[in-house]
Parts: sequence; structure tokens; C-alpha cells
Amino acid sequence: MRNIDRTLPSASTAVQGWLLLLPAFVLLVAFTHYPAVATLVDSFFSTPKGARPSIWVGLENYDVMVHDPVFWKAATNNLWFALATIPCSIGIALAMALWVNERMTGRGFLRMAYFTPTVLPMIAVANIWLFFYTPGYGLLEQITGVLGFPTHNWLGNQHTALGAITLVAIWKESGFFMIFYLAALQSLNPSLREAAAIEGASRWYYFRRVLWPLLMPTTLFVMINAVINAVRMVDHVFVLTRGGPDNASTLLVYHLFQVGFSYWDTGYAAAITVVLLAILATTALFQFFILDRKVHYK
Amino acid sequence: MQRKTFNRIIAAAALALGTAPFGAYAQAQTEISFFYPVAVGGPIAKFIDDFVTDFSKENPTIKVTPIYAGSYQDTIIKALTANKSGTPPVMSVLLSTDMFTLIDDDAIVPFDTFVKTADDKAWLGGFYKAFMQNSQTGGKTWGIPFQRSTIVQYYNKDLFKAAGLDPNKAPGTWAELADYAKKLTVKDASGKVTQYGVQIPSSGFPYWLFQALAIENDVVLANEAGNAVRFDDPKVIEALQYWMDLTKQGSHPAGIVEWGTTPKDFFEKKVAMMWTTTGNLTNVRANAKFDFGVAMLPANKRKGSPTGGGNFYIFKKSTPAQQDAAFKFVKWITQPERAARWSMETGYAAVSEAAYNTDTLRKYGRDFPPALVARDQLPFSMAEFSTHDNQRVTKALNDGLQAALTGTKTAAQAMQDAQKEADRLLRSYK
Repeated sequence: MRNIDRTLPSASTAVQGWLLLLPAFVLLVAFTHYPAVATLVDSFFSTPKGARPSIWVGLENYDVMVHDPVFWKAATNNLWFALATIPCSIGIALAMALWVNERMTGRGFLRMAYFTPTVLPMIAVANIWLFFYTPGYGLLEQITGVLGFPTHNWLGNQHTALGAITLVAIWKESGFFMIFYLAALQSLNPSLREAAAIEGASRWYYFRRVLWPLLMPTTLFVMINAVINAVRMVDHVFVLTRGGPDNASTLLVYHLFQVGFSYWDTGYAAAITVVLLAILATTALFQFFILDRKVHYK
Repeated sequence: MQRKTFNRIIAAAALALGTAPFGAYAQAQTEISFFYPVAVGGPIAKFIDDFVTDFSKENPTIKVTPIYAGSYQDTIIKALTANKSGTPPVMSVLLSTDMFTLIDDDAIVPFDTFVKTADDKAWLGGFYKAFMQNSQTGGKTWGIPFQRSTIVQYYNKDLFKAAGLDPNKAPGTWAELADYAKKLTVKDASGKVTQYGVQIPSSGFPYWLFQALAIENDVVLANEAGNAVRFDDPKVIEALQYWMDLTKQGSHPAGIVEWGTTPKDFFEKKVAMMWTTTGNLTNVRANAKFDFGVAMLPANKRKGSPTGGGNFYIFKKSTPAQQDAAFKFVKWITQPERAARWSMETGYAAVSEAAYNTDTLRKYGRDFPPALVARDQLPFSMAEFSTHDNQRVTKALNDGLQAALTGTKTAAQAMQDAQKEADRLLRSYK
């Protein structure tokens, strides 16, 4: 009797289990799964307008997307934005973490300084940077002016607008990622370092062969966040360039917002959302199942 | 015992809930919600609250609930989303250019149904024609002008003197503007420009400032029905070319000029003349550390500027009693004395001639003449660019303008591309 109890949970145990899951389950379904499925369904319907209800249009919204030059411009911009922000912010975060992990005077102040951009709201940050970039007397111009460079309209030029908003994003998120690296560094066993020193390993060798592999779980976590942020961070675009000049700095979510809430083309907006979801889901799955295997956990 | 108490509480609660609506009906008070945006500096929310308090003192049967809803963009998003869910605000202040969007969504009712008495008709006829152009289509009035503005040029009198120009005479024609701008451009020893002659902002909504140039070149960008545009007209291309030539001759900054930092450029004496909204007047008055002038925009074939800003709209999905109450409020708040007070507090242009004729604004105009430039320009002003599918068509024009101003397209190419895109978008509204 006792044995059976142990191997086969009674019906009441199962019910209890489900009841425990219920709150989280309800929230997930209501705010994640249902909206995702509803968006997928909406993307096959036309946008309702006044007296005209929405009708089934099949793949028309996706066809519009394929032929929308702004969508492709936004996608290309977003790719460059991601390719620049992900490695740069991770690299800078790691460098900063290694530095403020050392024993030195003013360490607390330095850590705080690095972390400050993370605490500031993005809209406030963008407004500060708007004046950094101002041609003629902005902070950036004052520096380049002293060095004898000509003035440059950073945000108002098609070639530099995307770079300018990318820089703000890197500045904003490096400090956040630094905190994770710093936490990981502090949890490392100091005897590893001593052992490496006794063996005569150089600092670079120690970093490459000991620190970096041990930091891999953190790097993976940070990278997942960086990928999500590369798609998600658009607040500063609203303040700095509004996607301009001539879509030179439009990102996917900014385009999505315009289609959804400026043009009120909800059907097409749903189609773009589905594509975004697909991209993000694919990268997340790749990171979880392929990269995760290569990461060494203690 | 405990259970009894509990039951009693439940019963009392049920009774209270059940009778609450009847209590409200007994007073016969009509509740109207009112969304408004804030687009200029200053304690706008307080001014609105003051108006609402005054109104409810005079009309105790109407309860107005003002709801601050963010920027213009935020406000229309909230209003239209609420409309889709079935409970829009009863009235809202939204951009005058949103008219076609709201009509296409079947969200608003025209004001004509409420205008019954001779007094109502006189009130409706009292607004400036320039403001009403954006509020009427197909013979109906869909919006009532409230917080409206127009573009004017601000200039630095000190820099005018330094350049040997008459500080009391702003450029009156395109040729003069180009000439003055050249004289007001200052370079340092290395040939770097330290002060530009003129700045016309081109970030975000370049179409609005460009529209001024188009009007001055005697061409209207969109028809009254809002279903056809004229971007590839030679006069439009000529207007754009004029703007590009100001840059070419070195007296206007290259690339896109940021709207938000333009007043700052003016305060920092990085630019001698700027084009911006009359809504910036209070800002400039507070922050310019030099003698400045405000003038009408220069003319080419004619004088002119587009209007801008927000109108009152009444939403369809509300009860007739609520709509009547909303109409009463709109009529009340746009009376000359109140329009004058609103204009002084905010810097917006007053919406009727009667408002400028009130003692309040007359006195204000005597003390601070720049406040009257907007009024003087109104007879030459035209409706802000607005069409069906407005945001998309506007974006096509904005993209074209920015492409030309950053040098990736010629003026003609940019405007032809914009025309093609606009024609495609508007084909279903013909």
C-alpha cells in the first residue's frame, strides 16, 4: 500500500500541483500566449476601418511587408544596430568589470559612475545626448572642435545618424551588463588566481584560459539580454531622430509603432509583430539549445 | 454572530451598489470626460483645471472631467484605442490634421447638428478662416479651433546691427532672406562657420515648415477633400530648391536641423534667424539674453504660413445629452474673453478676431507687440497639410524632404517619389 502511494501520486496531489501552477499559468496565458496567438490570427485579417469590418485576407499583410521598402530599411538598420551593440556593450562591460574589480581608491565611485546610465530613463538619456550631438556647440563638437575637426551634424546626416543612436544604446546598457560580470568575478575562487601566478601564467593567459571560460555562463545570459535589447530599445529613437533622416535610423520596433499607432494599420502591424516574434524565438532557441551546450557550468 | 454581521455587511453593500446609480440620476448631472494633450511649456494642466472649475460653477448640472493624455500623438492613440473598445472620451483636443483620420474611423460627429440658434451661428462664424480650413470638409464642421499656432520668424537684433542691417526690419521676401542670411553668416579664421544666417528645422515634421515655403510660392499641397496632393508641381520643387540653396550658399546648416535644439541655437547666437512656432514666444522671451524681433515669414509670390495645433472634437459613441453638454463646454471655453486669457497664458494664437479685440489682449499686445505677429499673419495663413491616411502621406513627404536636404536626392526626384507614394496611398479615397 505504502509502495503504491509512493509511485503513483493520487488524484488530489495532481490537482494540488495544478492549483499551485494556476496563478502563474493564468498570467502567462493572459499576457503572453493569448496575445501572441491573437496577433498571429490578426495578421491574416485586414485592418477594420470605420464602417468596414476586418475580413480574411490570407497572406496579403505579409505581401505588403515584403514590398515595403521602409520595412527592409528598418530590418537592415536593426541588423547593423544589433551587430554593433551586442559585442561592443559586452566587451565594454567586461573591461569595466575587470577594472572596478581591482582594489583601488575610488572604486565605489567608479562603479557608481559606470552604473548610472542604467538607472536613468532612456528618454532622459536621449534628451541629454541630443545636446551632446548638437552641431556647433554640443559636447561632442566642443571636443572635436578643440582637435581641429570641422563641425558635423551627427544626427542630421544619413551616414552618421544610425551610428549616433547605436552609440547611445551601447553607453546605456554597458553599465547594466557590467554588474553581472562584476558579480560573477566576485564569486570566483581567489585561489585560482594565486595558482596561476605560481605557475607563472601571464595576465592575458589567465584571462583567456581561466577567467573567460568561467565567465561563460554570465556571458551567455548577458548575450541573451543584449539580443533582446537590440530589438527592444527604441525609446531614444523617438527623441533623437524619429527614424530620420529619410529612414536612415529607423529600427524595426520603431517602424512597427508607426504602422500600428500612427497609421493605425493594425493588420500590417500584426504581421510585422509575428516576424519579430519569429526572429526572437529563433535566436532564443539557438542560444538555449546550441550555445548552452558549449558553456561550462561549475 | 459573526456570520450574521457578515451577512449584514453584504446586504448593505449590495444595497449601496444597487442604489448608487439612482442617486446619480436623481441629481441629473451629465458627466463628460475630456482628453487634452500638452504640447508647449507652462502649467497647462492648471489652466485647464481653472477653466473647468469656472465652467462647473456656471453649469452645476454638467460635470467635466479633464484627463491629461500626454503629447498630441499619445492623446490620439489613447482616444482612438478607447474608441475601438467602445468607450471613447466625450470630447478631446486633438491635432486639426487628425480630422480625416477621425472621420474615416467614424469616431466623431460634426458640430453642425448642435448649432441651432442665431447666437450659435454667430459663434461658429467668428473663428479665423485660416483655422476653420482644417476644421471643415464636405460642407460640415468637424472640429472647433482651440490651441492653434502658426510659423513666424524670430531674429536677433544685436546680430543684425553687427552685420550692418536695420534691426527693425526683418527680411520680407525670399531674395531678402537669402541676402540677409548671407550677411549674417560668420566664419572664423579657419573658415569654420560660427554663426549661421538662418535655420529652418527639418527633423520630425519637416512638412510643416516646408508647407510655409510652398504657400509662399503660391501652391497648395493638398486639396480640400484630402484625397489628392501636388508634390511634383514645379512650384513645389522650386520651393524645396530654395531651401536647399540656402544651405548651398553656406548660410543654413547642412543636413537635418533639429526642431528641439533650434531655439537653443538661437539663444547661443549660433543662428541669427530661426523659423519656429508662435508657441515658442514665451520660451524665447524668457531665455533670449538679447534684443529679439518677431516677424511674419517672408513672401515670394505671396505671404503665408500654415496653421498648426489642436481642435476640439466630439466623439460619436456618447449619449446625446453628453454631446450637448460637450458642445456647451466647447462654446463656453472659446468665447473671446476666455480665448484671450488662454492665448496670453500659453502663447497660442487666439482663435477669433473678437478675442484679439478684448481689452485683455489689446493691453497685452501694447506691452508686448511680438504677440500680435501671429494675428497679423493669420489673414495670409492656410490650413496645415492634411489628407486621408494622413500620417502615411505626411511621412512620404517628410522622407522626400529629408532625402533632398541630406543630399541623397535632387529636389525634383525627391518630390516625384513622394508624389508616387502619396498617389498609391490615396487611390482608395478618390
